[in-house]
Parts: sequence; structure tokens; C-alpha cells
Amino acid sequence: MRLSLADVEHIAQLARLELSPEEKELFREQLSAILDHAARLQELDTEAIPPTAQVIEWRNVMREDQVTPSLAQEEVLANAPEAREGYFVVPTVLEDHA
Amino acid sequence: MDDLCRLTLHEAKVLLERGECSAVELTEACLARIEQVEGRVRAFLTVTPDEALEQARAADEARARGSSAPLLGLPVAVKDVISTRDVRTTCGSRMLEHYVPPYDATAVVRLREAGAVLLGKTNTDEFAMGSSTENSAFFATRNPWDVERVPGGSSGGSAAAVAADECLAALGTDTGGSVRQPASLCGVVGLKPTYGRISRYGLIAYASSLDQIGTLTKDVADAALLLELLAGRDPRDATSADVEVPTYTAALTGDVRGVRLGVIREWLEHPGLDPGVAAAVQGALETLTALGAEVRDVTLPHSEYALPVYYLIAPAEASSNLARYDGVAYGFRASGAGDIWELFARTRGAGFGAEVKRRIMLGTYALSAGYYDQYYKKAQKVRTLIKADFDRAFEAVDVVVGPTSPVPAFRLGERVDDPLQMYLADIFTISVNLAGLPGISVPCGFADGLPVGLQLIGRPWDEATLLRVAHAYEQATPWHARKPDLS
Repeated sequence: MRLSLADVEHIAQLARLELSPEEKELFREQLSAILDHAARLQELDTEAIPPTAQVIEWRNVMREDQVTPSLAQEEVLANAPEAREGYFVVPTVLEDHA
Repeated sequence: MDDLCRLTLHEAKVLLERGECSAVELTEACLARIEQVEGRVRAFLTVTPDEALEQARAADEARARGSSAPLLGLPVAVKDVISTRDVRTTCGSRMLEHYVPPYDATAVVRLREAGAVLLGKTNTDEFAMGSSTENSAFFATRNPWDVERVPGGSSGGSAAAVAADECLAALGTDTGGSVRQPASLCGVVGLKPTYGRISRYGLIAYASSLDQIGTLTKDVADAALLLELLAGRDPRDATSADVEVPTYTAALTGDVRGVRLGVIREWLEHPGLDPGVAAAVQGALETLTALGAEVRDVTLPHSEYALPVYYLIAPAEASSNLARYDGVAYGFRASGAGDIWELFARTRGAGFGAEVKRRIMLGTYALSAGYYDQYYKKAQKVRTLIKADFDRAFEAVDVVVGPTSPVPAFRLGERVDDPLQMYLADIFTISVNLAGLPGISVPCGFADGLPVGLQLIGRPWDEATLLRVAHAYEQATPWHARKPDLS
């Protein structure tokens, strides 16, 4: 498995990661090597094997929908990089990507 | 009273109950030890001496009023991926360097309710991704047995702090071996309970189908004591188990006669296994046989695939979990972004370190259109086969045994530039997370002066048998009582 530079850039775009040219080259090498290692899984015939997403036996853990106190707004906003009047502040969202 | 920091939880508990020492004296002893060795060990990202002494004074007052909470006045440390209210929780990342959680993780609530004193937060590979603690964005932790070597990871700070007597015990987390492997490399006891045994509420997520909180302690009795307090259903974690929690401390009978132990042939004959580690594990099997356990071979034919399965599933889950770090609601934000898309990419590009970016990239790729079936779904199917191997083994034996780590502590810098080499540190631990089983590492000797760990793996929810066997072995051998020389 040999990833191209374009592959790396596509993945970085999906993951919303800005990478330097050096990082792109390094990850191209390293991810290719890791995926080569992972290719060993293709040796196994898993046609009839169901996938395991998690190991606990129970599912659909239900509870009553009850209103309980939550964190105070100022506590939540205390960690925000920028906040104003009870809102998180971010740069332009809609201009070019509407 | 300089030696108070050397005590186990249960030893210190007895002294406190007899009035032979106070919680303040115990806490001061740990803080003095931190002062003495931390420049060389570097186990802590944050030490909270004022808060710790305040909690210790409150514990002494509570005892005077008649309280007998199970951990009252006992100083412990917490890995810095577990949320602590009003104490910064960095995950070893620039992304959360200044993040101060507004709430406690459930495991921390339970420690506080039991009366424990929190000394501080221990170093970790960034977001628990690593096997040496060198991936911390801040500094590398050193192995107390040889400060030129790694303590293992990702809970390397917790393991080193316990080994260096900077605390009596510590919490860690284990997604692919991150409690057991550093315990092995630092010569302490590391317990990873069954997936779902301890609430993950407030544990900052890495790979949610594998993450589990565990303990690093100076002996097995302390692991039992802590598990008893931490285990159990939590309404805030839907995956925490509604399964009865036995009195683990009562399970430590010292008797292993008739217990059936299965030795994993593939692991003992693994070409990457260090001869010194192999010899120590072989010696442990002889001791266990002499104690009356029945040792036989078992086979886990798919365990050789555990590494690639883990390095597809864990990064896939991580790529989703870590999408939340976008520079908006909390954590680091890159400056100078023109629009929100640039803000996301720049923040994540600058805020994450190399290993985290590598795993996000890998996971994103494994989940992306056109590759999902080939990588992610294939890995999930092989995960089924790995779990089935254990199910089959447990039809014939009660506990599965092998080495924890293929090698003793390696040198700082030796593997950090080669991700695949680093990943090989986890070959014997990750299949246990993939199968959701409980596992424990106990000291079983030394190789070239460095500690070696024996790994015991149990049936789901059967930590009691695991602890019983580990305790009987420990009590029959001198290894757990050895201390590194940091004078």
C-alpha cells in the first residue's frame, strides 16, 4: 500500500488537520508502512464472521428522561477561547461555505 | 517519618486507624518525596500540595469525629486524562494545556467519597496514545529503575510515581495495555478490569470500545481495595456494568490449589520475546505450579493479528472522538484564521502532536469511503475471532498467563521515531482490550536489573480469581518488595 501525496492531503482535509509539507511526507511514509502491516488481515477468510463493535452483551440501556441541574453557563464558558454574552465566539462561518 | 511514602494503601490505613500517623504526615511525606525525586523521575504534570494538605487535614478531622471511610487520608495520584474538578486536566496535550474541568470523573468522585487525598495529575502520552510516555507534549517521564529508560505508557507517570514512592497508589487508563505495560516496566502492580467495570464518565475519550480505567499499586491487596471502591454501575456511563461487585479483598485467600492456568504458547515462543523476560515468566510458572495451580498450554491462534486490528479500530474511534477539539468550546485555539474552516484545521494542526495526528489520519483513512470494508470492518471481524480464541481457552482454564511486555524498559528515544516499533511494545496486552477481558500485571523478576511483569488474564467480570492468583504468587515471591534506588 503506497499512499500518494494527494491521498495524504485528502485524508488531512477530511480530518480537518493542517499539515506542513514535512509532515505530509513523513505521514505518507509512516501510514503506508502501518497499512502494509494491516494488510496481513486479508490473509484471513472472514466472510462468515460477524463484526464486533463492542464486547458488552447488553444493548439499549434506557433510563427515564428526567430534568436535572446541569453545569452553570459561566462554568461552561470559562474554558472557551473566546466568549461573549453567553455565546462562543467564532470567525465567519457562512460567507464562502453556505 | 520519611518512610511513610513507601507504604502501601493497606499498610498506611492500619497506621492511620491505630493513630500511629496522621493523614497530614502521610501527605507531607509524599510531597517531600516528590520534591526529592521529581527532578529525575518527572512523573507529575501538576502537583497540588495546598489542596492535598487541606484534604489531609479534613481527613484527620473526619477521623477524629469517628469517620472510617475506606481510603480516609491516603494520598493518591490520578492520570491526567481523568477529569478533576478545578484541577487542570491536560491529557498530555497542548490542546488542553489550560483546560480546567468543571466536574470530576466518577472514579475521582469515588476516590474523594472514600476519603482519599489527591496529590496531583500524572504524565501521559498525549491523549493516552503511546507506550513510553515520550509522546507527552510537555516532557518525558523517566523509569525510576534507570532514568535513561522509559517508564512505559501511556500511564507512565502513574506507574513511575508509584514505583518511586511519590504516592501510595494511582489511577491509570488502559486502552491497549496502558496500565499493564508501564506497571511491568516499573515493577508495580497494574490492574485493568473488565470493560465496563469502572465508569468512564469523565475519562477523556480515546477509543471508547476499548478504554478502561485501572489502578497502579505497590501490591495486589491495594489493587483489590481500589477496585472494590471504583467498580460498579454509574448512571452517567451507559456502558458501565450492572454486575455485582464482589468483596475483592476477601478473595485474597492465598490458595491457588486446583486453579487451572493456561500458558499462551504463541507468546512464550514469540521471536520478539526478550530471553530475560522469558526466563522470569518461566520461573513464575514454576512457582505457581509449586503453589498447587495446574499449568497447561492454551493457544490463541489469532493473537498475532491483534496488533493490526488494534491499530485500525483504536485510531478509527480516536479520529471520531478527537473531532471535538476544534478551538471553539474549550482548549487551544490557533490565531489568525480567516474563517471557521481555517480555524479548525489550524487549531488541530498546531494543537495536536505527531502521534495523535498520525492516529487521526490513520483512523480517518480506515473509515473513509472506499476503504471502510477493507480496513475497519475487516478489523472488527478479526476482533470477533480474537475474542473467540479467549472464549475457547476459558472452556479449559480459569486464567490465561503470559508476559505483559515482550521486553523490559527500553531507552528513551530508542523507538520514538519508528511508530511500528513502538506499537510492538503492546503485542501481548492489546488482545485483552479487544476481547474486553480483565488483566493484571504483577512483578515476576528482573532482566538485566530491570523489572519484568507477569500478565494474568481472566474471564469477563472474574477479577476476583485474577486477584487471588496474582496475590498468591506475589506473596510467595520477593519481587514486589524491591524498590529502585533513588537516594
